[in-house]
Amino acid sequence: MLSIANQEFESRLFTGTGKFTDSKTMLAAIAASQSQLVTLAMKRIDHSKDFDDLLTPLQQMGVKLLPNTAGARNAKEAIFAAELASEMLATKLIKLEIHPDPKYLMPDAVETLKAAEILCNKGFTVLPYVHADPVLCYRLEEVGCAAVMPLGSPIGSNQGLATEPFLEIIIEQANIPVVVDAGIGAPSHACRAMEMGADAVLVNTAIASSTDPISMAECFNNAVKAGRQAYLAGLGNVSKQAEHTSPLTNFLKF
Amino acid sequence: MSFTEQFKQLNLDELSMRLYSTTAVDVERAISHSQGNIDSLMALLSPAAQPYLEQMAQKAYQLTRQRFGANIGLYLPLYLSNLCANECDYCGFSMSNKLKRKTLSDAELLAEMSIIKQRGFDSILLVSGEHETKVGIEYFKHVLPIVKQQFSYVAIEVQPLTESEYRTLVELGLDAVMVYQETYQPQTYRKHHTRGKKQDFLYRLATPDRVAAAGVDKIGLGVLLGLDDWRLDALVMGYHLGYLEKYYWRTRYSISLPRLRPCTGGITPKVELTDEGLVQLICAFRLFNAQLEISLSTRETPEFRDNLLPLGVTNISAGSSTEPGGYQNPNAQLDQFEISDDRSVSQVIEKMQRIGLNPVWKDWESAWF
Repeated sequence: MLSIANQEFESRLFTGTGKFTDSKTMLAAIAASQSQLVTLAMKRIDHSKDFDDLLTPLQQMGVKLLPNTAGARNAKEAIFAAELASEMLATKLIKLEIHPDPKYLMPDAVETLKAAEILCNKGFTVLPYVHADPVLCYRLEEVGCAAVMPLGSPIGSNQGLATEPFLEIIIEQANIPVVVDAGIGAPSHACRAMEMGADAVLVNTAIASSTDPISMAECFNNAVKAGRQAYLAGLGNVSKQAEHTSPLTNFLKF
Repeated sequence: MSFTEQFKQLNLDELSMRLYSTTAVDVERAISHSQGNIDSLMALLSPAAQPYLEQMAQKAYQLTRQRFGANIGLYLPLYLSNLCANECDYCGFSMSNKLKRKTLSDAELLAEMSIIKQRGFDSILLVSGEHETKVGIEYFKHVLPIVKQQFSYVAIEVQPLTESEYRTLVELGLDAVMVYQETYQPQTYRKHHTRGKKQDFLYRLATPDRVAAAGVDKIGLGVLLGLDDWRLDALVMGYHLGYLEKYYWRTRYSISLPRLRPCTGGITPKVELTDEGLVQLICAFRLFNAQLEISLSTRETPEFRDNLLPLGVTNISAGSSTEPGGYQNPNAQLDQFEISDDRSVSQVIEKMQRIGLNPVWKDWESAWF
C-alpha cells in the first residue's frame, strides 16, 4: 500500500487525462488501469460552466483527482493555479508543474522550489514535477513536499528512463515517495522504474496515444504490479561473469 | 538584434536553387530524422518530396498524436473593423475598395461576443484592418479588457505595433499575436503592397521580435500562399521560426497556411498551391517542428479540411464570419475574403468526433497570468 500524506493507494499507477479522443475512452482507460489517482490540468477546466467535459465525468467516476498546474510559467502562476484547484475541487493535493519552455516542457527548478515552499506552508500536499536532480529532490523534501516526481525523459516523448542513473540515486536517498513521471512510453519502462524501487509511476501519453488505450492501460497496470513485485522479491545482482548455480566449494559450508 | 539581420544574410536565389536541386536521398534522410532542422525542412518542401507524401503524412500524424494527442483547439475570429489605410491587391479591406467601412461600437462588440460565447468558444482572435489613427492602440486598449472578461484566450491580428504597445496590451490580458509577413520575397512584397505603412517590409519582419520581447504567450506567423513561390516563402518562414524559438524560448509559436482566396477587387494567385502542395506544407512543418501549432481557417472546403485535420493541424475555426458585425448581421458584404467551409460549429464538431478527434474549447487559465 502506497501512502502519500496519509492517503493510501493500492495502485501504484497514476494516470493522466490529456490527449484522449473522447471522455468515454478516457474513463474506460482509467478503469482498465485501476489507477486511483488521476491528474488533470486546471487550465483545461471551464469553471464558468456547470458541466465540464473533462472534469464532470471524472467526478462522476469517483476517482481521486490530482489537479496539476500545467501551463504555469513561474511560481506566482503555479500558486494561483493551486489555490484555484483547492477552491474548485476541495482538495489540497497538487501536482506542481512549472515549465516556461514550451518546446521541451522542461521543469524550472528555481521556480518549482520557490512555489513548493510557499504551497507547503499554505498547507498543500505538494507533488512537484522535476528534473531527475537528486539535490533538488532533497531540497523539495526539506521544504515539506509529500512526494517528488522526477522525469524519466521529456514529457510525452515515450523515450523511457533516460535519467535512470539519477533516478536510482533519488530513490535511494528519498524519505518521501518517488513517483517517476514523464517519458514512460512502454509498459517495460514502467516495470523497470518499479523494479528500481520507485514508489509509483505516472503515465499519460503512452496510454492516451495508443491505438487501443484501454488495452494499453491494462498492460501498464500489469507491468507496474510486476515491477513492484520484482522489487519486493529482490532482483539478482547483475554480473559480467557467469556464476555457477552449483558452486564447486559448496562442501566447505557444511 | 532582430530577425532582420539574419534575413539580410539569406540569399533567396541561392536558397531557391538548393530547394529545387534537392534529391530523393535528401528527402528520405529528412523523413528518417528523429528531429527536424532547417535542412530537413528544405528537403521536405522541395518538389523532390512529392512522391513521399504518404510517408510524410504518416509521420506527421504520429508526431501530432504524440505531442497534442487527439486534441484540436477551437477558436473564432471576431472582426472589429474593416477600416484600412493600406493598399494590398489581394485583400478585400484594401483602402481603394468600394466597401462599406465599419468599426464595432461597444454595443456591437458585446453582441458579437455574446453570440460567439453562446456557441461555446473560449478562445478568440480579434481581427481588424490596419488603420492606426481610427483603429489603433487606444481602440485596442479600450476593447481588450471588455473581451478578456468573457474569453480566456485572446489573440489579435492587427497592424504591427511597437514593443511598448504590445507590452501594454499584454498587461491588459493579450495572449497571442498573429502577424503574417504575406511573402518573404521583398520584390513581390513591394508589388502587392502599394500604399500605406504595410509597405515597410522590414518593420513588419521585425514585428515578431517586438511581440516576443513584450512577453506574449504565442506568436503566429504566416505567408499568403499564392503571392509567389510558396516553397521558398515557407522555407524562409522556417528560418524565421527557428530564429524566434532560439532567441525567445519562452514563447509558443503557430503558423497559418492561408491560400489566396477570391475577394472583392482581388487578384488571382500567381503561383497556385494545389491540395497536394498544402498537404506537403502541413506535413513538412510538422516534421520540422513537433511542437509547432498549425491553424486551419475556413478558407478551405469542408471535405478537404476534414482530411487535413489528422495530418498536423492543432487549431481550427468553425462557423466563422470575416466581416465586422457578421455574427449578428451576416451577409452585409463587408467581408475580407470568401469562406469555403460554411458549416455550423456543431456540424464541424460532430465530424471531428466521428474521426476520433477531441474538440478543446478551453486550454488556458487567464486568471493566473
